Amino acid sequence: MHESTHHHAETFKSKVEEAIGVTVSHCYQCGKCTAGCPLNEEMDIMPNQLLRILQAEMPGYEEKILSSLSIWLCLACDTCYSRCPQEVLLSKVMDYLRQESLRQNKVNPKAKDILSFHKAFLNSVKMNGKLHEVGLTIDYKLRSLNLMQDVMLAPSMAAKGKLAIFPHQVQNTKEIAKIFKKITDSEGGKQ
Amino acid sequence: MARIGVFICHCGENISATVDVAKVAEKAGKLSGVAFSVDYKYMCSDPGQTLIIEAIKEHKLTGIVVAACSPRMHEGTFRKAAEKAGINPYFCEMANIREHVSWVHPKSDATTQKALDIVRTMVAKVKKNAALFPIKVPVTKTALVIGGGIAGIQAALDIANAGHQVIMVEKKPSIGGHMSQLSETFPTLDCSQCIMTPRMVEVAQHPNITLHTYAEVESVSGFVGNFDVKIKMKAKSVDYKKCTGCGACWQKCPSKKIPDEFNEGMGFRTAIYSPFPQAVPNKPVIDRPNCTYFTKGGKCGLCKKVCPADAINYDAVDEFIDVKVGAIITATGFDLKHADFFPEYGYGKFKDVIDGMQFERLASASGPTAGEIRRPSDGKVPEKIVFVACAGSRDKAKGIEYCSKICCMYTAKHAMLYKHKNHEGKAYVFYMDIRAAGKDYDEFVRRAIEEDEVQYIRGRVSRIYEKNGKLIVKGVDTLMNGEPVDIEADMVVLATAVVANIEAESLAQKLHISYNKHKFFAEAHPKLKPVETNTAGIMLAGACQSAKDIPESVSQASASASKAIGLFSSNELTREPIVAVVNRQAPPNFTSCTGCLLCQEVCPYHAIETEDIKDRGGNLIKRAARVNAGLCQGCGTCVAMCRNKSIDLQGFSNDQMLSEVMALLNA
Repeated sequence: MHESTHHHAETFKSKVEEAIGVTVSHCYQCGKCTAGCPLNEEMDIMPNQLLRILQAEMPGYEEKILSSLSIWLCLACDTCYSRCPQEVLLSKVMDYLRQESLRQNKVNPKAKDILSFHKAFLNSVKMNGKLHEVGLTIDYKLRSLNLMQDVMLAPSMAAKGKLAIFPHQVQNTKEIAKIFKKITDSEGGKQ
Repeated sequence: MARIGVFICHCGENISATVDVAKVAEKAGKLSGVAFSVDYKYMCSDPGQTLIIEAIKEHKLTGIVVAACSPRMHEGTFRKAAEKAGINPYFCEMANIREHVSWVHPKSDATTQKALDIVRTMVAKVKKNAALFPIKVPVTKTALVIGGGIAGIQAALDIANAGHQVIMVEKKPSIGGHMSQLSETFPTLDCSQCIMTPRMVEVAQHPNITLHTYAEVESVSGFVGNFDVKIKMKAKSVDYKKCTGCGACWQKCPSKKIPDEFNEGMGFRTAIYSPFPQAVPNKPVIDRPNCTYFTKGGKCGLCKKVCPADAINYDAVDEFIDVKVGAIITATGFDLKHADFFPEYGYGKFKDVIDGMQFERLASASGPTAGEIRRPSDGKVPEKIVFVACAGSRDKAKGIEYCSKICCMYTAKHAMLYKHKNHEGKAYVFYMDIRAAGKDYDEFVRRAIEEDEVQYIRGRVSRIYEKNGKLIVKGVDTLMNGEPVDIEADMVVLATAVVANIEAESLAQKLHISYNKHKFFAEAHPKLKPVETNTAGIMLAGACQSAKDIPESVSQASASASKAIGLFSSNELTREPIVAVVNRQAPPNFTSCTGCLLCQEVCPYHAIETEDIKDRGGNLIKRAARVNAGLCQGCGTCVAMCRNKSIDLQGFSNDQMLSEVMALLNA
């Protein structure tokens, strides 16, 4: 449902709306998303403001959003969506903005580690069809160079059998590769 | 032989600027059956009407077509003119060449041609017209008022004071409705019961008002001026003729732990009870599902023993009475969503998260805390209260998209009352917009903010949870760059959404009135008929139509009452004869209707009855449909459904419609 975009020139906002089927004008700026966001303290642009920036389309808004830290902090926990009176699926907006930020090389410098994790996580899923914790950890640490981060968690994870050396793969890894290829193609060849 | 006159109106320049009116008049004059045609500057003016009257007389016209504005505008005017000239007024038709032609097309030959086409169809129609006569129905000059809140009370008093009889039906043991529960009222802060209770007493003592409390409307049939209503009188178990309201019974009743509805569950009442001290009538009823005598098979019986008037009657049964009324006013009010509706605010499990009506009871001098604002969990006076506006309202995700309208004002009032009683206390209001568009309303909200130092924060509350005996309210200040605001409150008041009365839908179905998807009753027209329903003779008052505050409910109630009084101003109702009729034929057919009654199924007004056609010996010959002209609104749905064209709409018959179409096709 994005009637408003059909008869107008394509803008960044209309691209976001087209791509994910969310209408940003549905947001009436009550702020309930921000109020309940578990990461609101860390964010540089609050969730409701992010939508406001998209709504208002003032000069330079695309740059402002794509280089924000908030889009990388979003956990996609959907607390905002579950309480939103207007049912705006904010996590989907965030997800799109992350991919777009990456594609346009606009990633906020403070999001470096998050991005490393983001890539390592997707890589692990791409290779195995599911998460391989040890592979993810090694990949992330090499990318971020945060070699000692969270090492103290290792013993308890090992005790729970969470640290398998070799990955378990899903049966049909070809299908997984297809899914990744399809998404990569649709997003202009960059993951 | 038909002799039709055609009168083309210029409507100043409204029509003549785009339509060549002289040409239309000239061509219309050549149509078959047209004996006279003319154009004139203002047909609706006195000289214009005189022109029509003179032409009918002079040219011995049998019917006229006035090509002018919409029939909604001047059909009545021209029909009267036709009648003055001595022909049946239903031989006058209008061709709408203003709204349908000149106002919507540019000046051109095609526009003039369209005007002529419309004139031609109406000439074809009027030739098929028949003389019709207004339908007269008698009026029962008694009104039924359903609901005894402030809207019902106002409507009842207005009608009764105009000299007509009123029957009021109230579901609860006392009249008074929600207004009797309120503490003070905005924007003047006058005590609700102080202004309400005199009105309640006036109802009880008015010679023209018959009050039935603890009663419900069981069924309604009939039509405007002539409704038949069955009222269910629930068994009160107390003989009101004997009862003096002394109170001995409820003082002695051993079932003392029943949640008190009047105090919104924040206090207790007994099984035999009168809901509040100022109740009207101030006589008790027995709440049978909670009474030991009824639940434990005859044990107890204490109230009967202590009653000095011997008024207790355990054997009383529900009774039904039948009444005839001419008009019905529905004033069944609203319900409020309760705190348990909100998962994010704790599903109602936090005792100190309450709704607005509960706060009213806490602030009320007649409430469970005698007017001291103490929180329900431990009775402490809260040091910090958070008020949450729009709780459930304007929330599409919760199915309530509309604004509940009254919450902005009562929240400001609540915060103000709290501050007046606790000068050291802190009051916060989370809001999205402040809607205070009434007389002295915005000033009232400003007073809360400026004088009483109520802290207004623009943002919606995401979640409320308990921590160390405090209620943590997680909100946001969207006017401070979306800064998260967490408040440790002692009590939270949710301004919960106004919703339709839980029994609204079933009542609407009994009354055959329409309602919207939220079960609020629908008015006949949102602007021009805001108090009437689509069913003639049934009016709306108060919050059963939509969320309303007291001044608005009272205004609407008086408006409804004036409609009822207007209806009662004559002994007979005159209705347009534009109604459906089932045909009549000579015996042995009597009618071509086969009695399949498909028409009855589709009729939105329940206007189709069955008629038994009998011979002289009383033997049934056939059963056919019959239209109740009092109920029929002339929509024509039955005509479309009838399989053998036995039913037809007067004034818009199949024959007339077909003639119009043929006139267009055979241009």
